[in-house]
Amino acid sequence: MSANAAVPTPPRRRVVGYNLLTGLVLGVVGYYVGWWIGHHIHATSIGYFADTNQNDIAVFLGYFLSVVGFLAGLGFLSYPWARVRGYPPSLREKETAGVARYFGLCTDHKVVGIQYLIGIGVFFFIGGLNAMLIRFELLRPGGQAFPAGNYLTLVGLHGTMMMGIMSSAILGPFANYVVPLMIGARRMAFPRIEALTFWLLMAAGTLLATTIFFGGFPTGWTGYEPLNDQANSGMDSYIVFFGLVGISMLLLGLNMIATIVTMRAPGLTWSRLPIFCWGVISTASLMLLASPVLIAALLMATLDRTAQTSFFIPSAGGSTYLYQNLFWVFGHPEVYILALPGFAVVLELLPVFARKPLWGYRLAVAGMLGVTLLSWLVWQHHLFVSGINGDLRPFYMLSTELISIPTGFTFLCGMMTLWRGRIRYTVPMLFCLAWFFNFLIGGLSGVFLSDVPSDVTTHGSFFSMAHFHYTIMGGLVFTFFAAIYYWIPKMTGFQLNDRLGKIHFWTMFIAFNSTFAPLFAIGFMGQPRRVVTYPSHLQFLNDWVSVSAFVLGASMLVFLANFVWSLVFARVPAPRNPWGSRSLEWQLPSPVPVHNFDKIPVFTDDPYGYGDDDGRVPAVVPVGAPAGGGS
Amino acid sequence: MGSRGWKAICVAGGVLVVATAIGFYIGGWATSGPASFTPASQSSRSVNLTIQTVAAIGPKLSPNPSWVSYLIRDNSNQWRRTTVWKLPAHALVHVTLYNFDGASGLRNPFLGAPQGLVGSERVDGKVLTAMPPDQPSHTFAVPELGILVPIAPVADDAKNPCDVAPCQLSSDHRTITFTFRTGKPGHYRWQCFVPCAAGWLYGFGGPMQSLGYMDGFVNVV
Amino acid sequence: MAAAAPSTRAARDPSHGRRLIGAWILLSVILTPIVVWLAGKVIPPGNKTHQASEQVFDNQWIVAVSTPVALLMIAFFLYTLIVFRARDGELRDGPPIRGDARIQITWIVITSAAVLTLAVFGTYELLQNGAGGGQGPDPVAVPSGSKLPVQVIGQQWEFTYRYPTYGGLETPHLVLPADRQIELHVTSLDAIHSFWAYELGVKADANPGVDNVAYVKLKSPTTFHIHCAELCGLWHGYMFDTGKVVSQSDFAAWIKQQQAQFQPVSQYLPRYARSYYPDPQRRAG
Repeated sequence: MSANAAVPTPPRRRVVGYNLLTGLVLGVVGYYVGWWIGHHIHATSIGYFADTNQNDIAVFLGYFLSVVGFLAGLGFLSYPWARVRGYPPSLREKETAGVARYFGLCTDHKVVGIQYLIGIGVFFFIGGLNAMLIRFELLRPGGQAFPAGNYLTLVGLHGTMMMGIMSSAILGPFANYVVPLMIGARRMAFPRIEALTFWLLMAAGTLLATTIFFGGFPTGWTGYEPLNDQANSGMDSYIVFFGLVGISMLLLGLNMIATIVTMRAPGLTWSRLPIFCWGVISTASLMLLASPVLIAALLMATLDRTAQTSFFIPSAGGSTYLYQNLFWVFGHPEVYILALPGFAVVLELLPVFARKPLWGYRLAVAGMLGVTLLSWLVWQHHLFVSGINGDLRPFYMLSTELISIPTGFTFLCGMMTLWRGRIRYTVPMLFCLAWFFNFLIGGLSGVFLSDVPSDVTTHGSFFSMAHFHYTIMGGLVFTFFAAIYYWIPKMTGFQLNDRLGKIHFWTMFIAFNSTFAPLFAIGFMGQPRRVVTYPSHLQFLNDWVSVSAFVLGASMLVFLANFVWSLVFARVPAPRNPWGSRSLEWQLPSPVPVHNFDKIPVFTDDPYGYGDDDGRVPAVVPVGAPAGGGS
Repeated sequence: MGSRGWKAICVAGGVLVVATAIGFYIGGWATSGPASFTPASQSSRSVNLTIQTVAAIGPKLSPNPSWVSYLIRDNSNQWRRTTVWKLPAHALVHVTLYNFDGASGLRNPFLGAPQGLVGSERVDGKVLTAMPPDQPSHTFAVPELGILVPIAPVADDAKNPCDVAPCQLSSDHRTITFTFRTGKPGHYRWQCFVPCAAGWLYGFGGPMQSLGYMDGFVNVV
Repeated sequence: MAAAAPSTRAARDPSHGRRLIGAWILLSVILTPIVVWLAGKVIPPGNKTHQASEQVFDNQWIVAVSTPVALLMIAFFLYTLIVFRARDGELRDGPPIRGDARIQITWIVITSAAVLTLAVFGTYELLQNGAGGGQGPDPVAVPSGSKLPVQVIGQQWEFTYRYPTYGGLETPHLVLPADRQIELHVTSLDAIHSFWAYELGVKADANPGVDNVAYVKLKSPTTFHIHCAELCGLWHGYMFDTGKVVSQSDFAAWIKQQQAQFQPVSQYLPRYARSYYPDPQRRAG
């Protein structure tokens, strides 16, 4: 089938049909149907609804049917239904051109990538706004800008939104977009599942925000029992959110692994695979294996809250440790789900801007796989002072500290790639270099937390909060922006403004460090996490942090201005390969044609052949799209 | 700038308007809480507060009609559901509390003895030294000031229980009087220690974790 | 200085590595002792108990190992980012170096040695006296000598304390005798709390139904701050207090005074136990 066989008739604009609007309407309808059913279930065991004035069964059923309605409105049910009726299988939905495909179910991996970027961006900004409000409250030691309960909800919303949505921050937008292009494929292995992961994530984020209609939730992102069971119906939003995020991550991981394993073009052996794909495989395997544990824990919590089981209530035979164990068996791999894509982006971009091959390819791969493996063996370091398994603490101390060995591989490979290179300080490169600085501080502070005697003081304090912001914000969000500045010209065909990009970088980098470095001191000086009030002698440092955080927030607005200005107003066309990369995706025209490759390419080398005398290109690239020849 | 540019401006403007609206909504929600109440003080040295505790707040005063709650009598003798009180520093606060609720019992029996008061706590005029753990209906406690006041219950077989808040003194009730000193300026939280939130795990959810019901602030200025 | 010539020389100069390593070793030798000494002075929780001192010593070890690591990174990046930057208009690629087994092995050996050193030392410190952390109901690191047991009961939202050797006295204040070994039994009646006595270097989670034991050896009289360090609901941020370490005779007097003050309620207290399951155990009806 050839792409230009027939001039396609322009698709008619339809307001009624399978699209986002229908999805939203059916989502609201679904909620009220579920709510109605929930209110008509009569059973003696749920008589407490009358006392509490809250009906968790109705809320859960409402959320469940809301998601079903949303997906049905987007058209996810029509294909299974068509297959049931005997229609032939198909891989494609809405892959023609046009803006409308961005507002519905589309199986083009490039559309899904851009959908992810915008969708995650929106929730990232909402989560960031919550952080601003938290820092506003902490301007005064005994301040009451927000009542205590609402403050806890803000803390929970910030943490949950960031941990849940940002888990897919690199894999969602960038792996979906570039992995098929890097490996010479025309699509992902499961295109409909790919679209489903995105829309599930959007449903999750929206439902989490509705927690404020149900009284919020007091537990932070960990959702510890039995506080979880004790909370208002707002807790149900948290549970549904993480459940949907869990399903979304599980399917995303599955799809990534299947794609990279089965759909590589001829000649793309494992040792020629771009390092980014190795990072994606590592992350995806964590997603695939860790999410089910989270989903199981949340199902138990749901049953405790509705059907009156007692998995987590000690006085009725349950255990609070059970929830903590399950949560962190998921939670620690989750931390590396957030960190590993950062490693992958840094190692992928450094060779391009240092103009050298990736140094120690095998060591870099071993490093990421080693982190993946070890991240399963460390979870009880979150429970060092909890009184669980006191005699296992030396083991968890050792396993946690061992993780710095494979992490060190990544550092070594990155650093040696820079060594003797010809480093170009482009905006994406600046973000990658900042990663080294941030992750170094995050890693070294992690040693204090991994070491039990030291952890006794730092555990649960602002120190640990500063630590994971250095690793997650410093490690993931900085590389998220590196990836945006790097791949946006390919994804949109337009350049981002370089000067605004540099202003964005420097304000963000300085404000980030000015925000989080003092938090180590505040933690060491005895301020626990998630408090609404603190001793007055810590006010100066807290005010410093708050002001820095506001500057950090403002730096995001610089980025937003750049993004809107460059892509909507200035619209400077990007050359085909502005960075001089040897990776396959940059050999394609910008933006990439719908079917990527007319002929599947054949690989003869890895994409890191910088400085080779013969100037080999990594792949024979028969790019046949008519418009895309020039650069 | 062609029609595309104008379209983009319209979209950007629309996004801005929606974002501002959402921002205001979140900001408004985040700052929402019970209004502060300042008693008309007789002098800066001494203040009188009149409080009642009810088993169910009713639909008139709250969107959660079945929740237990504190009410305070404002300066025009109306009962209001607010738990944030502004009081002068280093003042004596004389509290008269009418309880219309039955017994719930304490989870920690230690909290059945009054602490940190000026003089003693009196229940229907009689001095109270300690209450058996199955008795208390609520407590009024300001841990930072060391204040703890267990509140005696209305009997289970009361003939004339109060149905709808605010309750009138013609219903069966207990009268608790006590005096405490506010101390130096600051925001002091107060709470109830009795698991009185029916239907919640350990009796400690809902109204026990919401400002405006069983929790509040004593703002000493 | 000519623009192009030094860059070419710099890129080929084989002494880059030696120069960098030399600078690093020099910096480390000078700065590490200073940083370690400073860390001993400024890093909390201070020296008010044996456990706190152990933590400070442990932190000094970590700093001693991490300072050279940090200095290597700083030296490397300062050197690399300046010396190996692309000059204006220079469009050539760097040399196609794809790895070096010697550097890889050296790196792996050094990082492994550093990591194992830290883990071994941390284990040693932990097993000596428990380092002030909660160890659960069957502690593995038990200091020798006689101990004064004190129970910490977390509840929403206040800590209360029981002294089993003084008739199970319960009080809202934590007062401890100086120069004594204390055995803390931390438990909760409802949600998970965490008992953090900051200056004592003690942190132990309070789980419902669990007796979490932590040890602390006190020194001279002082005061210390207590916080809840695990999110436990609405008033988590307000769950703080101040405790006191007093002389033995003051402690005896304080116990007498508390016993008299709380005598009326003592008859209602449950027998001292390692954990409690108060009513309502589930949803209150």
